[in-house]
Amino acid sequence: MRVNNHAPNQNIVEMAQSSSEIRRFPGFLPITILCLVLLYAPLVIVMIYSFNDSRSITLWGGFSLRWYEDVFFGLEAAKFKIAAWNSLSIASMAAITSTVLATSAAVGMIRGGSFRGKPASFALISLPLMVPEIVTAVATLIFFSTIGFTRGYASILVAHIVFCIPFAYLPIAARLDGIESFYEQAALDLYASKAQAFWRILLPLMAPGILSGFLLAFIISLDDFIITNFVKGAGIETLPTAIFGSVKQGIKPNIMALSTLMLLISILLVTVSFFVGKRGNKTGR
Amino acid sequence: MATGVKIESGGGSSSVFGSLRYWLLTPSWLVIGFFLVAPVAMMLIYSFLTKEFRGGVIWEFSLAAYDQFIFDRGLFGDEPPKLEWTYIGIFFRSIWQAFSATVLCLLIGFPTAYFIATRPIHTRPIWLFLVTIPYWVNLLIRTVSLKFLIRDSGPLNQWLISFGILDSPIHLINTNVAVQLGLFYSYLPFMVLPIYASVERYNFVLSEAAWDLYANRWTTLRYILLPSVKSGIIAGCILVFVPSLGAFLAPDLLGGAKNFMIGSLIEEQFKGNAGNWPFGAAASMILLTLVLIVLMVYARQQSRTESKYS
Repeated sequence: MRVNNHAPNQNIVEMAQSSSEIRRFPGFLPITILCLVLLYAPLVIVMIYSFNDSRSITLWGGFSLRWYEDVFFGLEAAKFKIAAWNSLSIASMAAITSTVLATSAAVGMIRGGSFRGKPASFALISLPLMVPEIVTAVATLIFFSTIGFTRGYASILVAHIVFCIPFAYLPIAARLDGIESFYEQAALDLYASKAQAFWRILLPLMAPGILSGFLLAFIISLDDFIITNFVKGAGIETLPTAIFGSVKQGIKPNIMALSTLMLLISILLVTVSFFVGKRGNKTGR
Repeated sequence: MATGVKIESGGGSSSVFGSLRYWLLTPSWLVIGFFLVAPVAMMLIYSFLTKEFRGGVIWEFSLAAYDQFIFDRGLFGDEPPKLEWTYIGIFFRSIWQAFSATVLCLLIGFPTAYFIATRPIHTRPIWLFLVTIPYWVNLLIRTVSLKFLIRDSGPLNQWLISFGILDSPIHLINTNVAVQLGLFYSYLPFMVLPIYASVERYNFVLSEAAWDLYANRWTTLRYILLPSVKSGIIAGCILVFVPSLGAFLAPDLLGGAKNFMIGSLIEEQFKGNAGNWPFGAAASMILLTLVLIVLMVYARQQSRTESKYS
């Protein structure tokens, strides 16, 4: 597995070996493994300790599901349920809205030919990615308080839609860029209207990109802490702000169980998005 | 140029949806324009207003926010101005922390990206996928997990002690190192992906030519490979540096009060009644300006190298 992966018919003759040897740097494999260990170790540890029976987070007291029970039925269960509902409903609506906007924008950008203001338009669409999150948070808070937009559920939703747009846009635009424009041309030549060409030809072809754009926007919305924390106002929590509030008083085992659940949901969604993207690429060509 | 007639597909316009482009783009422009560009403009105005003591502002022009950033005029504001290092110090610390995290990411991220890019083509997506999964896990959860792992009585210290590597726990939480580690951990995939993309495009024939001319592996790395993948490395560094600079969670959860960064400074100004909105707006403007300068220098650089090669 280790050495001769990239040269299946590697020769023992020195010249032939050397030319593939030059690609290989000793020590890069251990660093890659270190990189993966660093990335996964904290997550795996929290997963393991979420099954800890002990009330102390330090000592191992045997396997148990009690903290999962605590998440669903314990003292803070009601708070978590409301927070989870807020998070999921906001993420769904923000992802749907931003995906619709991004799909429309992607068709305009990629199929719009070259037009004046195209670079500016691209900069505007990716602006939410470039402005630091904390700055977006401050600006949105100031803006909402100036125009008198009450802070709460609606303000969180609006803020989420804005920063989800580029995340939805990028995979959709990448997908559309790979679809030749003669598909719509052919549809039009066969007397389809533009609407038909879009709904029946282009949209199905774009579907994998749209789905992964939607999923990414959904995860990004679920993930957000800083902007939500600024614009939410008192009396409403999403899962990240609720967890942050709990963690401020120390890491408790039920938080680890809740974190493990959220972690698994994210990984599941990303995996789905990965395989959808992969299948889409195969069928698209 | 745009109206040039193209004789394609039965004389229709060359692009089916081309004429609709402004209609298609307007909704996104409006949403981002109204809820991001206008707010940033509003923030700029706020940074020049007078603070109100219960949070919020008085609509009166003032340079107090920027002045407070640089000068100390005593408790009542009537003493001669002295240079005030607290806030400038916080900015420099943030830049240093973000820089350290970027270097750490580069040291681990470059070999990883290179390794992945030299795998057989069908296994590369799987490696990449493994590297990117953690990015999609909630940042708050990742930071809390890291805190759990490295705290004084956490699993890391327990193991190191039980294996006899350490006698007493290493104290990481609430140090600069913990924040650097947190930032590194938050943004590592951002370093790997662009470097991977440029190494994958790198033509290994160049390395082989160097080898034939008696260069060794490290000379080749230094003089052939690194210059060729420079754009990927720079992109990766920017993708790590920029979010690290304004990060809030890692410094707040891992750094504690002594290791304040810009993000926490800004957040403080909007918390409860003790805050100072114009000052928070001014600090945000300074941060935004810094980030935009970095991005603009990068864009200039990119367009220059592009025009050089095309």
